[in-house]
Amino acid sequence: MKAAVIVFPGSNCDRDLSVALERATGTPPKMVWHRETELPPVDLIAVPGGFSYGDYLRSGAMAAQSPVMRTVVEHAAKGVRVLGVCNGFQVLTEARLLPGALMRNAGLKFVSRPVGLRVENVESDFTRGYEAGQRIHIPVAHHDGNYFADEATLDRLEGEGRVAFRYVDEDGEPTADGNINGSARNIAGILNESRTVLGLMPHPERAVEPLHGGTDGQPFFRSLVEALS
Amino acid sequence: MSPRNEPAVTAELAAEHGLSDEEYALMLRLVGRAPTFTELGIFSVMWSEHCSYKSSKVWLKTLPTTGPRVICGPGENAGVVDIGDGLAAVFKMESHNHPSFIEPYQGAATGVGGILRDVFTMGARPVANMNALRFGAPDHPKTKHLVSGVVAGIGGYGNCVGVPTVGGETNFHPAYNGNILVNAMTVGIARADRIFYSAAAGIGNPVVYVGSKTGRDGIHGATMASAEFSEDAEEKRPTVQVGDPFTEKLLIEACMELMATDAIVAIQDMGAAGLTSSSVEMAGKGGLGIELELDRVPQRETGMTPYEIMLSESQERMLMILKPGREAEARAIFEKWELDFAVIGRLTDSGRLVLKMHGETYCDIEIAPLVEASPVYERPWEPTPARAELEPALGALPARPVAELLKTLVACPDLASKRWIWEQYDGQVGADTIYRSGQADAGVVRVHGTNKALAITTDCTPRYCVADPVRGGAQAVAEAWRNLTATGALPLAVTDNMNFGNPQKPRIMGQFVGAIQGMAEACRALDFPVVSGNVSLYNETEGQAILPTPAIGGLGLLDDGAGAVPLAFQAAGHAVLLLGATDGHLGQSLYLREILGREDGPPPPVDLAVERRNGDLVRGLIRDGLVAACHDVSDGGLLVALAEMAMAARMGAELPGLAGADAGQLFGEDQGRYVIACPADAAAEIARRAGEAGVPCSSLGTTGGTALTGFGHGAISVDELRRANEGWLPALMAGELAPVV
Repeated sequence: MKAAVIVFPGSNCDRDLSVALERATGTPPKMVWHRETELPPVDLIAVPGGFSYGDYLRSGAMAAQSPVMRTVVEHAAKGVRVLGVCNGFQVLTEARLLPGALMRNAGLKFVSRPVGLRVENVESDFTRGYEAGQRIHIPVAHHDGNYFADEATLDRLEGEGRVAFRYVDEDGEPTADGNINGSARNIAGILNESRTVLGLMPHPERAVEPLHGGTDGQPFFRSLVEALS
Repeated sequence: MSPRNEPAVTAELAAEHGLSDEEYALMLRLVGRAPTFTELGIFSVMWSEHCSYKSSKVWLKTLPTTGPRVICGPGENAGVVDIGDGLAAVFKMESHNHPSFIEPYQGAATGVGGILRDVFTMGARPVANMNALRFGAPDHPKTKHLVSGVVAGIGGYGNCVGVPTVGGETNFHPAYNGNILVNAMTVGIARADRIFYSAAAGIGNPVVYVGSKTGRDGIHGATMASAEFSEDAEEKRPTVQVGDPFTEKLLIEACMELMATDAIVAIQDMGAAGLTSSSVEMAGKGGLGIELELDRVPQRETGMTPYEIMLSESQERMLMILKPGREAEARAIFEKWELDFAVIGRLTDSGRLVLKMHGETYCDIEIAPLVEASPVYERPWEPTPARAELEPALGALPARPVAELLKTLVACPDLASKRWIWEQYDGQVGADTIYRSGQADAGVVRVHGTNKALAITTDCTPRYCVADPVRGGAQAVAEAWRNLTATGALPLAVTDNMNFGNPQKPRIMGQFVGAIQGMAEACRALDFPVVSGNVSLYNETEGQAILPTPAIGGLGLLDDGAGAVPLAFQAAGHAVLLLGATDGHLGQSLYLREILGREDGPPPPVDLAVERRNGDLVRGLIRDGLVAACHDVSDGGLLVALAEMAMAARMGAELPGLAGADAGQLFGEDQGRYVIACPADAAAEIARRAGEAGVPCSSLGTTGGTALTGFGHGAISVDELRRANEGWLPALMAGELAPVV
């Protein structure tokens, strides 16, 4: 699997994602600067966490207008797999590769902690390594992770099985108690129609080795390598 | 020399700038003619307490600052220690107390920004942030607003820049009602042979300004930080700077990129007193002169005067001396990161600071006296009177059940969980965090690309310091050393942040002197040199001083980060042992304050030889893989330490070893103690090694179950303790603890 990681000037999880991808594939991904208009031939484009251009405007709004994102949108249309983590998820919604928006957390505060997730869809190249309904723990760190879409869109996402991950409580249930940021229907990550684009707020790259305190992110990267190699 | 449009300098104007009559007279003598307004501004900030350390210098010199690991001690932007394999750790702690009280979000945010710059200025990539916070009484009407603003500011800056905040401490006490303390610490990693210093060199070399544009924000910040507050403190809001963490992130990346070349001769960030202190200090250290064309300084506002440009404390700016001919290469890097880059002057052989604007000269003064002839005061001081010993009867347990005493303690402001605070900080960005707040006695961060890890802690017990500054100073150092040791790390060095009241009062100066004496003694005994630091004086409002707070930032090294141990019990059936002796010292303990409502007695004695012996044993046990969990015994005493290990694990323990213990034994704060949990078959080996080392070792019991039990006080539910411990701060912040108006 060949991968590229997009680097905006305010990205700060670009290295972490690159390290996790290299662990999984054995080769370092290409790092692509935000001003680039061409991408190398790759199987996966990853948009990392951070604060793209400072995000003083809506998170991801300016990044969605950047030269490199126009190219990413073109590649996505051709079926190249695109992953957005945290700020990357925000960028993908702003770029309309995924529906909905990420609003300020319902608690209005930044939240950094491991969260319980339930894997809802295991039929994508990102999630095949998990078991359906598997409960995993992955860290989040965000201020704007409150997923919002209109009811029709949410129903469509559910109906088409495009909800990839949901926040759950200590008993593994998607309750209000387990919903760390107020997301509609506890949604933590979604897929596009063709299941080739995934955006999620939790950081799987922060759960790939025992020293991270958990390795529940490993199947995520393994899925990608198995699907795209 | 009398530039147009500048006010004439008078004794009155000098006094308004905070110069004493003697200092003004000295300045007139040094300048040798009528000084300009710009020159007055420069003298006033360079001679402010904040920049000149005039009250503290003679005492700071008594701290030990050298050691086999020390690459660079105090005097540079940050301290540097060798961590092996060609790598160095660069670190420092700094206060942003006054600004954070006036404007908590920006004050705290720019505090983080400033300390980050101090570290990456030296060529180190920042890898971890810490903070030490002190707020007023929880029920003071301002406390909630200040906590909320400071925490959001620290998070807002650190999270965006992408440096994990891995630990810290937070206390509440009415003595901080009018002067909160916000001390921020950054640790960075650099190649040991690629450390960047600030001494200018090379006559004719270009002086380069990079980063954000200069505005009118923060003018006289350093002077504000050098005076007491009065009731009108909030009118000083315009002197607080505004931070832009996105620009800081760009500045880090651009500087790292340029530092990978050999174009830089010297570099310094523009912190307190901005362009003034950076240019004067760089030229001063190099024994050179400097000439600046202020028209060339990138400006955010129109019509700025030389005075304003030189005194602005706009954030995210750096000053560099480049090798000749390397300007284009450097400019290209900064333009890539969309940052301002301007050659604003050159180094000269005159030894003078010359400032020109619009073809006129606004300043032409000798640099050496500005730095070297700055006033140094040996302020009169009084030793702090010793506190009377407590009556021995206090050691008996009161009628209230122990379960209730423990629940009250773990929910008291100083011991309650600070999760509400640290979950607002990204603790894991960088993907190298092994332990963050709440998981171990120190934050533990892997050195990227290696197996090594750094352990980092901030410690101080101000209630000890106010009762006995010497003992309190020593205890702060010892506790930092112990917290590092409890993770398995070898303590390497210290940064200090000395927060005190008005040094012109002999009583306050006595607190400062005492704390330094205690710290110096402890640092020597523990081979724990001070390599950087910061002094914040005049923390007084309406004559009310804060508790003396010499905050210690400690750094330790683990050769293998995977061997670091957490504080939570790891498995049921583990043996629980206490290492170190318990005398039941209750003076200045939290038990005394929270349960008996008294803040008196002497703080616990600190026996540095015992401290060292016990810590060296524990570190060896951890290194040899015998220990599963370790926690030092500090605030709240032994039973609180056990409760903290249990709450973190959500697992109880059967503790027959505590049967018959009185209040002093359960809650006394005797120093030099550690609780460890280990597999049952390791306990005998640990006891044997403790015996050999002469360290008291007692078996307390066994982990397991859901309660602390088996010592004659029923079953104390860990879940209930947790609820009390986790509930206090969220309730305060939700307004559920009604403020007393």
